[in-house]
Amino acid sequence: MALLQIAEPGMFAEPHKHRLAVGIDLGTTNSLVATVRNGIAVCLPDETGRTMLPSVVRYGVDGSVEVGLGAMKAQATDPRNTIVSVKRFMGRGLKDVAHIETMPYDFEDSAGMVRLRTAQGVKSPVEVSAEILRKLRERAEASLGGALVGAVITVPAYFDDAQRQATKDAARLAGVEVLRLLNEPTAAAVAYGLDNAAEGVYAVYDLGGGTFDLSILKLSRGVFEVLSTNGDAALGGDDFDHRLFCWILDKAHISPPSMEDARRLQMKAREAKELLTTCEEAPIHLRLASGEEVDLLITRDEFAEMTKHLVQKTLTPVRKALRDAGLAPDDIKGVVMVGGATRMPHIQRAVANYFGQEPLTNLDPDKVVALGAAMQANVLAGNRAEQDDWLLLDVIPLSLGLETMGGLVEKVVPRNSTLPIARAQEFTTFKDGQTAMAFHVVQGERELVSDCRSLARFELRGIPPMVAGAARIRVSFQVDADGLLSVAAREMSSGVEASVLVKPSYGLSDDEIAEMLKSGVEHAGDDMMARALREQQVEADRVIEATEHALEKDGGLLSATERAAIDAAVGALRSLRSGTDHRAIKAGIDALGRATDEFAARRMDNSIRSVLAGHKVDEIEL
Amino acid sequence: MSIDLTQDFFALFGLPRRYALDDSALEAAWHALQSQVHPDRHAHLSDVEKRLSMQWATRVNEGFRTLRQPLARAQYLLELAGVDAGLETNTAMSPEFLMEQMEWREAVEEARDAAEVAELEALHKRLLVHAREVRGQLAAQLDDERDYEAAADTVRRLMFIDKLQQEIDEALLALEN
Repeated sequence: MALLQIAEPGMFAEPHKHRLAVGIDLGTTNSLVATVRNGIAVCLPDETGRTMLPSVVRYGVDGSVEVGLGAMKAQATDPRNTIVSVKRFMGRGLKDVAHIETMPYDFEDSAGMVRLRTAQGVKSPVEVSAEILRKLRERAEASLGGALVGAVITVPAYFDDAQRQATKDAARLAGVEVLRLLNEPTAAAVAYGLDNAAEGVYAVYDLGGGTFDLSILKLSRGVFEVLSTNGDAALGGDDFDHRLFCWILDKAHISPPSMEDARRLQMKAREAKELLTTCEEAPIHLRLASGEEVDLLITRDEFAEMTKHLVQKTLTPVRKALRDAGLAPDDIKGVVMVGGATRMPHIQRAVANYFGQEPLTNLDPDKVVALGAAMQANVLAGNRAEQDDWLLLDVIPLSLGLETMGGLVEKVVPRNSTLPIARAQEFTTFKDGQTAMAFHVVQGERELVSDCRSLARFELRGIPPMVAGAARIRVSFQVDADGLLSVAAREMSSGVEASVLVKPSYGLSDDEIAEMLKSGVEHAGDDMMARALREQQVEADRVIEATEHALEKDGGLLSATERAAIDAAVGALRSLRSGTDHRAIKAGIDALGRATDEFAARRMDNSIRSVLAGHKVDEIEL
Repeated sequence: MSIDLTQDFFALFGLPRRYALDDSALEAAWHALQSQVHPDRHAHLSDVEKRLSMQWATRVNEGFRTLRQPLARAQYLLELAGVDAGLETNTAMSPEFLMEQMEWREAVEEARDAAEVAELEALHKRLLVHAREVRGQLAAQLDDERDYEAAADTVRRLMFIDKLQQEIDEALLALEN
């Protein structure tokens, strides 16, 4: 998209221009957007100078959508239409969400992901998150003066496939091209590691508003290798607020509070928690709608005592991650603290006790994730500079498997496998003449299917009739660098195939997304066709630029005839691009893709050969 | 030397085709290869290159995983040598070995049923020492004697030990929760 804005209409941008890319920390409580400017990662402020955007969306009765501080201020007066901490609902069903009974929303228990009834109709958490992303995109585009090439969006490391897919869908709705979904602790490690030229094994303790992650990383000569990750996708600062909120209800004998009172008390609880970071005690004072007064005082020790179990709860994933990495606490060189909730003194104390060292708090726990994401986005967009010769090797947080007989799980991809990864497993028919086979894909560590998360179900049909046990059905899992899964099944003797991109049971269907996009576009008074055209033009520019760059660098790998064919395809696409038929441009892009298939393969071989050339080839026994 | 997706992992990583392995050389080669093929290095390029990058990065990770783990590496060497280790079907092990296995297994079950964490941990350590000895034999069989039939037998023994080790891990995990 950057190419559009830096070029005069009809003209072509020069290659190697700086492409506008951002990192987005889509948080439970607050969201941020950051970019790399003159080699330095910075968070982008709004027009009032604030970098943190409260992750709050309000659907007004008048049809307006308000995001951020304004929405947050309205939460006490209009709780039903003001959605906070929506991240907790992403890729989740009603029964998965904790404390749902105290939440002031009108939930709709649809199959799959939970929905919220608002003044503007039923909203999926994906749509709510898209509003936050849109706001950040607009802020970034206003601040950087152009359209974005794309964004790296961070997700909790412990997010499962459904939650990751929901995040990616939200970006699509918001018109944000996702360069990569990046795990939050990994992003923090990048920001910390690059800033401090750190080497060695580090732990990242990331307690956000609604999620907890613990990742162990090995930093060596520019490689950030995640050794293991663990966490709790439903544990965060919100739970500390909730505990305090319940304490207030109990002390002040309120039961049950009205929706408005509940929201105001929750806000008071959060304020008190934050105050206790710097003060020994915090007053809680509020006049309820009934006119009743709440007047309480809480001390730091009391608060620490009532939330002790939550702090303990974070240490279980810490132990598990260390065990998976085969390490002991004293193997850890430093502990990076991430997330606003890690400001609580009793958390810092517990972490210091466990690791036998003071945690590293010299970076802003609210910003470090966005900054790391910005650094990654800059590199992924193709703005790699000399000093950017670093690489992330991340892992899948939870095992993936298939349901077998008796409701048991057969693990196919073990947790903490380095991404991308592909694994296959063979199955056979159990009845004579069986022509179809159903598969149930699950994610989790438990042995029973019912204890794991159901990701998708699909069926392989058209298996030729054979005796039981004769068919060989190979099910392949591929997990990409975003941690997203696709599954394919194939009967080996007949070649019958079925493949699914896992659109989880908890996700949105492509039709639903298309519908949301359409209504969103109508809402914005935009034109669907214009948008499709613009997208294809941007893509055409990107592909042409990438091809020309490749030709410049490795054109020598082609014969004159091969070169001519690619040049012709580039020329054809270029003339299609100046037209207005988005379908024709798409066809041109596909044609160029086919024309460069072999060239790309040779380029890849060539780059691998260059690695091997660095080894002593005579050692290789062939 | 042609490089393609069917090339063996030792050649891919530029390492000699042996069981004995320099871990740091393997890791260095893994990093060097990933820094060329990883999807992050191709995110701004064409879809064709992105797809190839994912295929290659997947293969490089698979290679690293296979070569890093001693048991997987041994199985892979046997496969390259054209020896069918018969891992699924050929379970005809020596009576001595089966006896030994049963004793180990009983000890693990007893400790698990009695919730003896210390005992389980002690078993874990003893088994580690034992596995190291068996791997020593394997190295000699594969690299020096090139006796692949004997190595296949040792690999099967190691698989039993590995399975037992996993059971101890699971028992410890269950006791912890």
